[in-house]
Amino acid sequence: MAGEMPFEMPLVELRKKIDELKQFGQEKGIDFADEINRLEERYRQMESEIYTHISPAQKMHLARNQQRPTTLDLIPLIFTDFIELHGDRMFGDDLAIVGGLARLEGQPVTVIGHQRGKDTKDNIARFFGSPHPEGYRKSIRLMKQAEKFGRPIVTFIDTKGAYPGNTAEERGQSEAIARSLWEMARLRVPVICVVIGEGGSGGALAIGVGNRVLMMENAIYSAISPNGAASILWKDASKADQAAEAMKITADDLLQMEIIEGIVPEPRGGAHKDYEATGAALKEHLLIHLQELSGMDGDALVEQRYQKFRKIGEFAEKRVSSNFFGSSSESEQGKVEKVADESMQPIDHTIKHLSSLAEQPGDEDAPRTPHH
Amino acid sequence: MFRDLFQKKKKYATIPSQRWSNESASDEPSQERPKREIPEGLMNKCSKCGTIHYSKELEKNLKVCSNCGYHMRLNAIERIVMTVDEGQFTEMDAGMESIDPLNFPGYAKKLEQQKMNSGLRDAVITGEGVIEGHRAMLAVMSFDFFSGSMGSVVGEKITRAIEAADERNLPLIMFSTSGGARMQESIISLMQMAKTSAALSRFQDNGGLYISVITDPTMGGVSASFATLGDVIIAEPGALFGFAGRIVIEQTIRQKLPDNFQTAEFNLEHGQLDMVVHRKDMKTMLSDLLDYHSGKGGF
Repeated sequence: MAGEMPFEMPLVELRKKIDELKQFGQEKGIDFADEINRLEERYRQMESEIYTHISPAQKMHLARNQQRPTTLDLIPLIFTDFIELHGDRMFGDDLAIVGGLARLEGQPVTVIGHQRGKDTKDNIARFFGSPHPEGYRKSIRLMKQAEKFGRPIVTFIDTKGAYPGNTAEERGQSEAIARSLWEMARLRVPVICVVIGEGGSGGALAIGVGNRVLMMENAIYSAISPNGAASILWKDASKADQAAEAMKITADDLLQMEIIEGIVPEPRGGAHKDYEATGAALKEHLLIHLQELSGMDGDALVEQRYQKFRKIGEFAEKRVSSNFFGSSSESEQGKVEKVADESMQPIDHTIKHLSSLAEQPGDEDAPRTPHH
Repeated sequence: MFRDLFQKKKKYATIPSQRWSNESASDEPSQERPKREIPEGLMNKCSKCGTIHYSKELEKNLKVCSNCGYHMRLNAIERIVMTVDEGQFTEMDAGMESIDPLNFPGYAKKLEQQKMNSGLRDAVITGEGVIEGHRAMLAVMSFDFFSGSMGSVVGEKITRAIEAADERNLPLIMFSTSGGARMQESIISLMQMAKTSAALSRFQDNGGLYISVITDPTMGGVSASFATLGDVIIAEPGALFGFAGRIVIEQTIRQKLPDNFQTAEFNLEHGQLDMVVHRKDMKTMLSDLLDYHSGKGGF
């Protein structure tokens, strides 16, 4: 076994004890069969207890496990004949995003994914899987190429987020992400996105606008990393575990919220325990969803994708005519017009009038708290 | 003897507070007034250079510091009044409010606070307005509500504004200012980036004109979605505009960044903007641009 998580340690210890007892019995010629059977039974109990109740925080650690299979680990387990394509044709080749041509059961597809490093050196070259603008621009280029040749697109999401660096900013990190969202929304081929590890923020979503969005069982997906949320909420990044519980970041949570369409099961204990089984399960799900999308033409695919994201959002709508001045304005018409109706005042007067109105507390009973 | 001592002390220490509590008990609003009249009344200090301005003068100057040229942050109401022709604005979705979909610790309370502080229901106001005779859909964000963060309400109102521009065949102008995603709505807030960008791609594919105006500050999820997708992108002088925050970047690269990092001027130099326009010239520039496109997506 490799890559054990802290929550698995009781299992590891019990296994060690069982092995020791077996060895001791063999060496001394004593029969411990009853004891060993009892311990094995206890082990099975403990195993099902631990693995059926993996907490969000534990999933966060599983999703970040260094031994978890990456995009390049999964590609040969799912596809054949992978040909990697490089570069954005504008600035460079970002190794934090990989992509190229592959066959899924013979059908040509374009596959794109974030790529974490497998060791320190690799991680440095790949910026720990955090892309620069050129990574997103390479991805956009490959997606439009796929569209041109009618190939479905599969993306694997696995990043803490876009790279926070000065060079990334200078080259338009925001624009690269925004443009990727914009372009993905209008692709006329099927797009299936799978969160295979950590889906962190806009840098993850940038390759996540699909007709289907799936998550691996232990993957997480959020607007801000639990560490970041903890440092904002409680001024303490070490409370990431606590934040992970509050933020609803697991595949189950997202399925329930109808953000994703499916969960790909992982081998017991996580994807890193069995690469082959992980790849097989993922392949099975890709084939099912691709089959469902195969009957749709370009217009239908764009429309379905649009509606999928269009409906996300939860809010309340109250009947009021203007919200400029809080709840007290329920019965009044739009205030901008009202002010202007009084006379044709020069603009600075209007502003003054409005800002003094805006100062009125929205709720008479509640005290105004000062700006932070 | 004891009574004398007590009364003496009372004169020093408790009479003022007694006056306060009497007043607030009898008349709720007056509790607010004296507190606000001092900071918000006569004077205003420029947060960049420290120059003290008479509020009247500052407002005449569109809240731009006459000494250093710093463009102070405006709320959405001030911005709309400054941008549209007199009285020419009809608000959409005025009653839309955030809820607490994830039951996030402290979110419901924070929302109430933000409403009190800003007098707004959420961080964006949308509607149809007229700019020097040109009809346009407007979405104007307000940093004073929850740091302009984008949750469901911002995402939905902006998407509806885009769709309305499409349906009414109007150009679209959005003034952005935001700290990024609204963490308390986690994944739902993240998805608003995709929702708004998808709506824009549809609108722009249909030939619609979208002018994005970047105001201080525009960061994170708003910067990495609709704010950067304008056919034309304009920024106010000095406005911060970027994806990751300065502190995070400095920690990552272990270097000090230049003072002008991520300012409008820095972005102009790096090709991320079309122009930097002074607040006093903004309305004219918008009108000129609308004029150019009045054949398509104009009227």
